[in-house]
Amino acid sequence: MNGIAHVSGGAAAAAFQFSTVARVTRIGNQTADTLAEMSRGLEECSDASIFYHTFQTLGTHHFLTEGFSNDFAQWVLASANRHELAEQLAALDVRDYTSLAELRRDLHRLVGEYCAAHPQIAAQAALERFTFCESVEATIPVGSACTLEEFRTGVENLSHSALYFHFFSSRLRLQLRTNDFSLWLANSLGLEALASSVNRIDVYTNTLERVRLKILRLIDRERRRA
Amino acid sequence: MTQTALAGRIPLDDYAAIVGAGEIQEMRTLAAALRGRGIQMINSTKMGGGVAEILNRLVPLAEELGLTIHWDVMQGSDEFFEVTKSFHNALHGGAYQSPAKDLDVFMACSERNYPLVRGDASFIVVHDPQPAALIQARKARSGHWIWRCHIDLSRPNQTVWEFLEGFVSRYDGALFSSPEFARRLPIPQYLFHPAIDPLAEKNRDLEDRAVAAVLERYQIDRRRPVLTQISRFDRLKDPVGVIRAYRIVKRYVDCQLVLAGGGASDDPEGAEVFAESLDEAQGDPDIHVLELPYDPVVINALQRGSTVILQKSLREGFGLTVAEALWKKKPVVASAVGGIPLQVIHKHTGLLAHSVEGTAYQVRFLLSHPEIAARLGEQGHQHVKENFLITQNLRNYLALFLVLDRGA
Repeated sequence: MNGIAHVSGGAAAAAFQFSTVARVTRIGNQTADTLAEMSRGLEECSDASIFYHTFQTLGTHHFLTEGFSNDFAQWVLASANRHELAEQLAALDVRDYTSLAELRRDLHRLVGEYCAAHPQIAAQAALERFTFCESVEATIPVGSACTLEEFRTGVENLSHSALYFHFFSSRLRLQLRTNDFSLWLANSLGLEALASSVNRIDVYTNTLERVRLKILRLIDRERRRA
Repeated sequence: MTQTALAGRIPLDDYAAIVGAGEIQEMRTLAAALRGRGIQMINSTKMGGGVAEILNRLVPLAEELGLTIHWDVMQGSDEFFEVTKSFHNALHGGAYQSPAKDLDVFMACSERNYPLVRGDASFIVVHDPQPAALIQARKARSGHWIWRCHIDLSRPNQTVWEFLEGFVSRYDGALFSSPEFARRLPIPQYLFHPAIDPLAEKNRDLEDRAVAAVLERYQIDRRRPVLTQISRFDRLKDPVGVIRAYRIVKRYVDCQLVLAGGGASDDPEGAEVFAESLDEAQGDPDIHVLELPYDPVVINALQRGSTVILQKSLREGFGLTVAEALWKKKPVVASAVGGIPLQVIHKHTGLLAHSVEGTAYQVRFLLSHPEIAARLGEQGHQHVKENFLITQNLRNYLALFLVLDRGA
């Protein structure tokens, strides 16, 4: 990878493979014009769509560090004009979930309960239609790292897309529990505390650049400690 | 057939200062995986209109990435373009009488353009309805055929759409600017945003004195707030509604309004709408209704010299003037129509409105909260940087080709 130096150091059990991702958004055929249809959509859409409108939207809107949480909450606020429900949906913290099924269940429960309590509102047409989408990706390897130093240089030089791929969308592959970086730091370098700190970086209140800086600072602290 | 001559080139590396060297390097990496595969772009005009503007920027950048890319323009008679103009209006929801002759004209012209198709291209991207029937020239084991639709198909005239759908369904995929514009089709549909070029004359940084000179030329007072809508004089852009919103704001804040655009003199309807706007503005010297010859630097300066940018459209395709304003870190109040909500995320990158009164209220709010206006402008700039720049558009094409190539 361009910019990744090969510095000697404690070698990992397995190299970290940096990749960048070519990603396009596929528009689904499922739509919602009312809260009732949104409730049905949340029940029936693909896991990739739930992921796209929650985790992925955080990555796409990483520069919004206040008040933006997920596409469902934003639609309920701006198009269905239901502030209370929007706040409840926005309050779901994706980091609390270890599976998309659980996240889907809570999203569906909140919208379903609101619809049951307000049947007339549930049938009212929203200002804008919601269309369920999902991502389709192709990955391209861009380099590897065998030591913490090489890993640091790699992270420093990653594009936003690659950073997003390893830190956000990896959660879908890894069933939301962690991210590529933390997994490698723990499993291949045995740096479990560092892995855990990286995984705790708040994706709601940090831009991708700030995520990168925090990872680099955590690595630097680890290197000083060593 | 015509292979287009390209406008002035801006080196890809010049964009590194904006999007970062890492992004440019990764685009080179993605492009390397596509080397040896030919790409053909086909549309119906080499100059004028948003599609030609984007291709003029996109094709040289793709060439610089080492891709083999050809941009070809289909040739058609005046009669053909009259038919496709009526198709265009009907696809936007307008009325359409369907004389069988129209379809004959359309098909005959399409057939004459079949030789345009490059049999060796791995990816053939056909833009908009005019060349859509070229899919009939597809050979067995040819490359991937993609239909790029730049128009709003959310409420099309059914006769025209059903005719067109017969061709579109035979493509391998379709690209739409907004999920709202997509149709139920048997082929995959993808979201593809149009883009602005941050280094083009209309968007590049301007020195403050250049902005001041343009405002002075049009007697706009920089010491008082300036509300601006840039768009051609078209009823769907609702210039009269903009003036009415301004009049409400004016009751509370001593501000000015600039309504600027072209196309009034060479378009009978444009001339009418321009006259209606002048009528509506009568008696208020703080309303500047300007019919401008196309001068991107003047548009740039008017946007940069404004306090709030409006886009109060009743109907909109994508509305790239919004992206232009956001790129300049301007707070935007816009209608929630077409592709605008993709750009203006309500309360995050701007404010949406649904009426004259709502537009006026949002403008008043921004004028009384300059710190919020500044934050929206800054976040709008970031949003455009991530999603609506020509470099991102090129990266999206690279992504699409890789995904198709790998059957992902």
